[in-house]
Amino acid sequence: MMRSLSITPAKCTGCLQCEMACSYENEGVFNPAKSRIKVFVFEHEGRNVPYTCTQCADAWCKNACPTEAIQINAATGAKVINEGLCVGCKVCTIACPFGTVNYNHATGKVIKCDLCGGDPACAKACPTQAITYIDADWTGYDKMRGWAARTDTQSAAQV
Amino acid sequence: MRYAIIGAGPSGVVAAETLRARDAQAEIVIVGGEAEPAYSRMAIPYLLAGQIDETGTYLRHTPDHFDKLGIRMVQEQVSTVDTDARRLLLSNGSSLDFDRLLIASGSHPVKPPVAGLDQPAIHHCWTLADARHIAKYASPDSRVVLMGAGFIGSIIMEALVRRKVRLTLVEKADRMVPRMMDQTAGNLIKQWCIGQGVDVRTSTQVDAIDTDPSGSARYLLRTTPSGVIPADLVVVATGVRPTIGFLQGSAIETRLGVLVDDHLQTSVEGIYAAGDVCEGFDWNTGARAIHAIQPVAAETGRLAALNMSGCRTVYTGSLGMNVLDSIGLISTSFGQWQGIDGGDQTQLLDESGYRYIKLQFEEDRLIGAITLGTTEHVGVIRGLIQSRTQLGAWRQRLIRDPSRVMEAYLANAQ
Amino acid sequence: MGWHKKVLRVNLTDGSCNAEPLNMQWAAEYLGQRGLATKYLLEEIDPKVDPLSPENKLIIATGPLTGTMASTGGRFSVITKGALTGAIACSNSGGYFGAELKFAGWDMIIFEGRALSPVYLLIKDDSVELLPADDLWGKSVWETDEILHRRHQDPQLRVAAIGQSGEQGVLFACVVNDLHRAAGRSGVGTVMGSKNLKAVAVRGTQGVKVKDPARFMRVVAEKKQILAENAVTGQGLPTYGTQVLMNVINEVGALPTNNAIDVQFNGASKISGEAMHEVRASDGKSNLVANKACFGCTIACGRISKMDQTHYTVVNRPEYWGASGGLEYEAAWALGAATGVDDLEALTFANFICNEQAFDPITFGSTLGAAMELYEMGLISDAETGGTALKFGSAEALTKMAELVGKGEGFGKVLGLGSKRLCEKYGHPELSMSVKGQEFPAYDPRGIQGMGLTYATSNRGACHLRSYTVASEILGIPEKTDPLATEGKAGLVKAFQDATAAVDSTGLCLFTTFAWSLDDFQPQVDAACDGEWSLERLSEVGERIWNMERQFNLAAGFTGKDDTLPKRLLKDAAKTGPAQGRVNGLDQMLPEYYQLRGWDNAGVPTRETLSKLGL
Ligand SMILES: Cc1cc2nc3c(=O)[nH]c(=O)nc-3n(C[C@H](O)[C@H](O)[C@H](O)COP(=O)(O)OP(=O)(O)OC[C@H]3O[C@@H](n4cnc5c(N)ncnc54)[C@H](O)[C@@H]3O)c2cc1C
Ligand code: SF4
Repeated sequence: MMRSLSITPAKCTGCLQCEMACSYENEGVFNPAKSRIKVFVFEHEGRNVPYTCTQCADAWCKNACPTEAIQINAATGAKVINEGLCVGCKVCTIACPFGTVNYNHATGKVIKCDLCGGDPACAKACPTQAITYIDADWTGYDKMRGWAARTDTQSAAQV
Repeated sequence: MRYAIIGAGPSGVVAAETLRARDAQAEIVIVGGEAEPAYSRMAIPYLLAGQIDETGTYLRHTPDHFDKLGIRMVQEQVSTVDTDARRLLLSNGSSLDFDRLLIASGSHPVKPPVAGLDQPAIHHCWTLADARHIAKYASPDSRVVLMGAGFIGSIIMEALVRRKVRLTLVEKADRMVPRMMDQTAGNLIKQWCIGQGVDVRTSTQVDAIDTDPSGSARYLLRTTPSGVIPADLVVVATGVRPTIGFLQGSAIETRLGVLVDDHLQTSVEGIYAAGDVCEGFDWNTGARAIHAIQPVAAETGRLAALNMSGCRTVYTGSLGMNVLDSIGLISTSFGQWQGIDGGDQTQLLDESGYRYIKLQFEEDRLIGAITLGTTEHVGVIRGLIQSRTQLGAWRQRLIRDPSRVMEAYLANAQ
Repeated sequence: MGWHKKVLRVNLTDGSCNAEPLNMQWAAEYLGQRGLATKYLLEEIDPKVDPLSPENKLIIATGPLTGTMASTGGRFSVITKGALTGAIACSNSGGYFGAELKFAGWDMIIFEGRALSPVYLLIKDDSVELLPADDLWGKSVWETDEILHRRHQDPQLRVAAIGQSGEQGVLFACVVNDLHRAAGRSGVGTVMGSKNLKAVAVRGTQGVKVKDPARFMRVVAEKKQILAENAVTGQGLPTYGTQVLMNVINEVGALPTNNAIDVQFNGASKISGEAMHEVRASDGKSNLVANKACFGCTIACGRISKMDQTHYTVVNRPEYWGASGGLEYEAAWALGAATGVDDLEALTFANFICNEQAFDPITFGSTLGAAMELYEMGLISDAETGGTALKFGSAEALTKMAELVGKGEGFGKVLGLGSKRLCEKYGHPELSMSVKGQEFPAYDPRGIQGMGLTYATSNRGACHLRSYTVASEILGIPEKTDPLATEGKAGLVKAFQDATAAVDSTGLCLFTTFAWSLDDFQPQVDAACDGEWSLERLSEVGERIWNMERQFNLAAGFTGKDDTLPKRLLKDAAKTGPAQGRVNGLDQMLPEYYQLRGWDNAGVPTRETLSKLGL
């Protein structure tokens, strides 16, 4: 069974442990600015919403990439950046309709969630189980995909 | 089933792979007119900048990728499409029969009406072959004039700057990237580039190119109103047109590009078009439009292939969008960034910080945007536009602070 | 490691911003944040200086663990000579600002001088600019935050600012960051205002490194587990916040009520953490919306509240309808019990105003309580208050005065002096519930004896956060002591003071100490910071800091005579509850305390003590 990240915003307290864990895992430093997962804070509602790549079945970012630098990890299903092939053109950053591929000025390449090879650091670090890594069937993916379906051009192609 | 695809660019390649995924048995041939492995034009700037070698521009990197998929690659120009006989005539005299055809021949640069363009160190920057020529002349400290500060020109500019040439950018319009950026953003980009050492001349026209009799430079460009500009290399990036010459006389209807319907089919049954060459629809307005950009090339390639292989899928039009890195200043534009009559707009401008964001609305939906100086979560602008999300209360919040697009999306999607 | 080893020095007088290396010898002796910045202040200013003069300096400092994955690693402090007290001031805050400053590559910022006209500091990693803030002057913290986010088009920008109270010289103004986290006490915001510094906005993308990352990750994970499994940090605080204490402290008869005339409050349950969970009849919602963490915090004790939109304070004022920082225990006590007000919504509103205009709810509530007593004695007239009857229990008085103090207008200007100056003005200095000019908070020393010594000896004026003996005397952490006894409290206070000074210098939050002792901090500090950090060294750092702060105060003109309590606590016995009939036995604790500290009878550290600590 393929697993995926499941996010329950109601449980998130906004501590950003996930962002630190992610940046530490991927960059070797505590640096939320380089985190692949981000917590968005809705001050006036008192809500915190962690958000990262949903690893879409048919990935916009991957399809748009001109150099085949976004590849699928067969074990996890994650869409993974191959830094050697990425030229830093940033087309994926505008192609992903969820805004979850970001450009890293320091390296001149893009960064996105790669599920840490199947053991996501964010989920391990979350103190409230707002982020868990579970069997794909159980996640809010359908909701996500439902939304994605409204992003017409490609979703049409997913049927 | 015999599928033929004209064009080995991203659109043709994605289409071939999609066809193969849908049909293990079919015969699939890509006819590409260049003597190169399938490559990506938009990687050329990075090749010129020395960030990658030629293999880095290839669309696929596994050496026998196409063989393994059973996709036959033919390196030959198509000279004629015989729609009745369902046959392609190739420039080497051979021919190729098909049941279904995809035209993905892309676009090609247009030559401006300037005397003296046909000289050795004057080049478009469109193909790998062009890139090799330019690389030969664009040595450090050489004087290079880049004609055209459109989207493609501006991308090439970055590559030339990285090659440490002395660069002059000449643009006929009153600002840089006029078709992607408004006056404010175009001017800011210009200011920025000047600050980075590029001599940017907007509202300037090249009238003719002469050889320099004194020999101190290779060429002298006569310009209005900037006078004479010396150059060792001239790069011409003054626009592109769909590549449809080989369709002349065929039954396939064309205008500026190949006209397609809402399934990417041309006027001839079983013949489709995708990518730069196809004249489809603007996603926002539904009007005829050509969006000659990489993501659209890939997406229409996929969609066309699905339709060709029997999976009827509606093509709802293409969204224009670009991301541009002008020597470190990153800008994007999406959809109807110019706005529409009766629609609201909002913007924030921080001139000294080189930051700008402008959003356009139709009722409570986002329909277009320009950003400058930010790279975080910009894709969500596309998502908001293409999902036609009704923003509700977030419309007013975005009007107050347009930088909150990610929150606006999350608030409405979750 | 842990530290960036970089200090930003901003001279507001000449507008210069310069990077300089962190004094690593001092870092080795004082760790960071509270200790290290106090060392800088002591070395750089004359302790006798007028706190509101350009010669005073204001330091915003992080700790070596700020911005790391250690739980609660988001703290920073504002260190200066306090406007309210004239003593050393060090106010600690959470939120996201401190970590962001660290991510931008800075351990601390030292502000000196005074700007000619209002300015704000914009930090984006190494790029640092002082920008004009004329258009921000007169704006609240909330408005300032919004304007700066828009101006710099960056939702991730973190802003610390003063409100109108700080501009207007309200002596207990704070610095509020991330809308509702505050460096709250002693008037650090007033000092910031006196420097014409409106705000600091920071965005950092450089990150923080630690000495031994693998060990650090292992240790912090272990320590987080301890927090999660502890009843207070794992359950009580996330569910009720510090407000878990309201009913508890009331029951033990240690809830100072109506300017400490009483030690129990009839309305306590109505303003308690439990009450914040209750569904309101008016709108079917509860006051509390959610609990909220500061950066890196796995406890998440923060309260996020929404007002009842029909409450008189906010009818037709939608700007107060959104969620914002709700009542913490000290604020609920000060705005409620100290003034006798039991209207939870009124308290929440006053608390919002405290955040919006950045002033300290503890000093404000206590000062208002004193003013109410003076009013009821007939010493303050309606003419002075602008027609508001300052009666104990009046929610209208509370909310009206909160708004006036926030703007520094009308009678708010008088309340803005703090209770000491206010009571002196009306001829009754004994009615100020303060020590060294600062009002004590929510624990009555008649019912919790150790807190009497805590308040009397606190270096920044009365404060619970300098040695929270409540933990031991009421909650039994680390072991239960009798709250009504004075024996052993001197040792307890000293131990807590030293440990707290060390904890406050790490970058972590004091609230972890409900579950952690110094042994739990030690391996985290040691894995993060250059050098070897043993438990002994950490304790010694704490004691060194305490004595250094004492030296600052002595040099500023304080003496042992100032180590005392308001007469009411020493003479008027508690009227009800378990402590009925008791006063605080400070005289039984103080001499022993001096002795344990190695101070002479006048409260001055002996030469031996100083040299032992390398001072
Ligand atoms: C320098 C440069 C930078 C760019 N940067 C960007 C960018 O940053 N972002 C972006 O979105 N887009 C960018 N583009 C545009 C992008 O490359 C094109 O939109 C994309 O390549 C279109 O793909 P396509 O498959 O439709 O056509 P093409 O890539 O043009 O491929 C067309 C193929 O058809 C072949 N062909 C043409 N005629 C015939 C014929 N008669 N017979 C046989 N074969 C034929 C060609 O040889 C070629 O193989 C850039 C382009 C260039 C040149
Ligand atoms: S980055 Fe975006 S487009 Fe790519 S897989 Fe993730 S959500 Fe999909």
